[in-house]
Amino acid sequence: MWGIKLIGKKTEELIFKQLMRLANAIILFVIGLIVFTIMRKGLPALSWEIISQVPKGGYYFGGEGGVLNAIVGSIYLAFGATFLAFVISLPSALFINVHLQKHKKLQDIIRLFIDVMWGIPSVVYGAFAFGIMIYMGIRASLMAGIVTVAIFIMPIMIRGMDEVLKMVPKTLFESGLSLGSTKYELSYRIFFKQCIPGIATAILLSFGRAFGDVAAVLFTAGFTDNIPTSLTQPAATLPLAIFFQLSSPIPEVQNRAYAAAAILTFIILAISVFGRMALRKYKKNSIN
Amino acid sequence: MTALSLKRIYQDKLNTVVMIMALTLVITTPLIIFASLYTKSSMLFASDHSLWDLLFSSAWEPTKGKFGFLPFIISSIEITILSVIIAAPICFLVAIHLTQYAKHWFVKIMYPVTDILAGIPSVVYGVWGILVVVPLVSDVIAPFFGIQTTGYTLLTGAIVLSIMIIPFILNILIEILNTVPFELTEAGLSLGSTRWQVIKHIILKKAKPGIISAFGLGIARAFGETIAVLMVAGNVIKIPDGLFSASYPLPALIANNYGEMMSIPLYDSALMFGALILFVTIFLFNLVSRIVIYRLERSL
Repeated sequence: MWGIKLIGKKTEELIFKQLMRLANAIILFVIGLIVFTIMRKGLPALSWEIISQVPKGGYYFGGEGGVLNAIVGSIYLAFGATFLAFVISLPSALFINVHLQKHKKLQDIIRLFIDVMWGIPSVVYGAFAFGIMIYMGIRASLMAGIVTVAIFIMPIMIRGMDEVLKMVPKTLFESGLSLGSTKYELSYRIFFKQCIPGIATAILLSFGRAFGDVAAVLFTAGFTDNIPTSLTQPAATLPLAIFFQLSSPIPEVQNRAYAAAAILTFIILAISVFGRMALRKYKKNSIN
Repeated sequence: MTALSLKRIYQDKLNTVVMIMALTLVITTPLIIFASLYTKSSMLFASDHSLWDLLFSSAWEPTKGKFGFLPFIISSIEITILSVIIAAPICFLVAIHLTQYAKHWFVKIMYPVTDILAGIPSVVYGVWGILVVVPLVSDVIAPFFGIQTTGYTLLTGAIVLSIMIIPFILNILIEILNTVPFELTEAGLSLGSTRWQVIKHIILKKAKPGIISAFGLGIARAFGETIAVLMVAGNVIKIPDGLFSASYPLPALIANNYGEMMSIPLYDSALMFGALILFVTIFLFNLVSRIVIYRLERSL
């Protein structure tokens, strides 16, 4: 009786173990398929011209040119937004972990709130910013895009920093205090320095988000064939360029969308690998 | 000496003020978003549109001033539920495997893989959807059921969406399963249970609220995803009648019409109302799920 039951359990476990293998295989297969598809379609269409030139006349009907405007636009936008978000995120994250050290309840509430903000989709941020822009009479520009994307990536960055700052041992906090440090010195000279690799990873993660997002910039940054020379001009972004070119019925234009998608995927993968390497390289300097 | 410490004190005080200002700015953002979306969409209520009509009417004719959101809401709900149904078992199995069974080297492979999957921009998922999933649906899946379709359907959107939310749900599930103390597993094993019995009767029971919340967060994520879905879901304004019917989710509506919204009266208010629906739904879903997860992490 007991024996039979045990055999039943064993079979159940075996079945589920096989299903787990299958599920793992599905994930590995899908990621392989995504990278393979994008590269196979994109690499043949990729040329120096696409990377190095802005769209020329009739580009969207198969004319000459490339997506340099969108690549540069995305870089400007992502750098601007990441910088702006960093300026606000670092003090916020340090405040939660240093100044609120004793107020666990408040820490929890703030973390909860920022986690909830993280879940809000970028299209809502975009629509919100667009509403404000109409109200204030501002037109789509690089600046508006940067501010919107910065607001959108702020929760991601703060929580990323917070996760590493949380790990700083309490003894370090106490020894800092016992040496007579102010909270300011504790924040920037101890907590910040101790967590530089983790903070760098949080920044890179947010940078990737800013680089790849469409819905927030769709309303706010506009689109142009030129490389923006000031913050008040509209700016094209790479994801948006892919989106627009793909909706064209002309195969040549579509091919260039695939090429642009390959560039975007490559950049995002590079950021991810670089972030991982940075984390590993600097980790040996920290005490935990 | 005194001057120096005075300088340090002022530096500290000033910094505290700056930090509080930064954090306040962050915390008040959702409130500002809500207030501004609400103000914008209240113009709709002021001009004879009741909340009931907006939410439960399917007449969408912006030029005649008719804004019935029902087709979009139904599309969004269906595509979200379907995508979570596809993603849930995969996430569930992989999370159990990675936390309970997997060898160290395999975990070391899977973590970066899910990170990369999470990092791929949604527009790339959209391109992939058009290249792979659309033909798959139109040439393989739909003919199997004897249906002709372009491939731009509810099912296509849900498949692409499910891949996008897998890394997200998976990360939270792993985090939650790791909160279950190892002592419980040891106790179970020492009483003669098999590994699977321990998982089924102890770990999953202990982590149940967290697991449900993880899927709640997945639902919220899927509900708001825009560009990838917009590219593959078909975008026809009607209530979808089946898996192979085109659908038009709410975020796609907002993203698709930003250009025209200024030319038709009240159209921008209507779209802001759409954003408000998204915001409120997702905010509540996230809030409840997160509270459950926080409770769980504190209690264990």
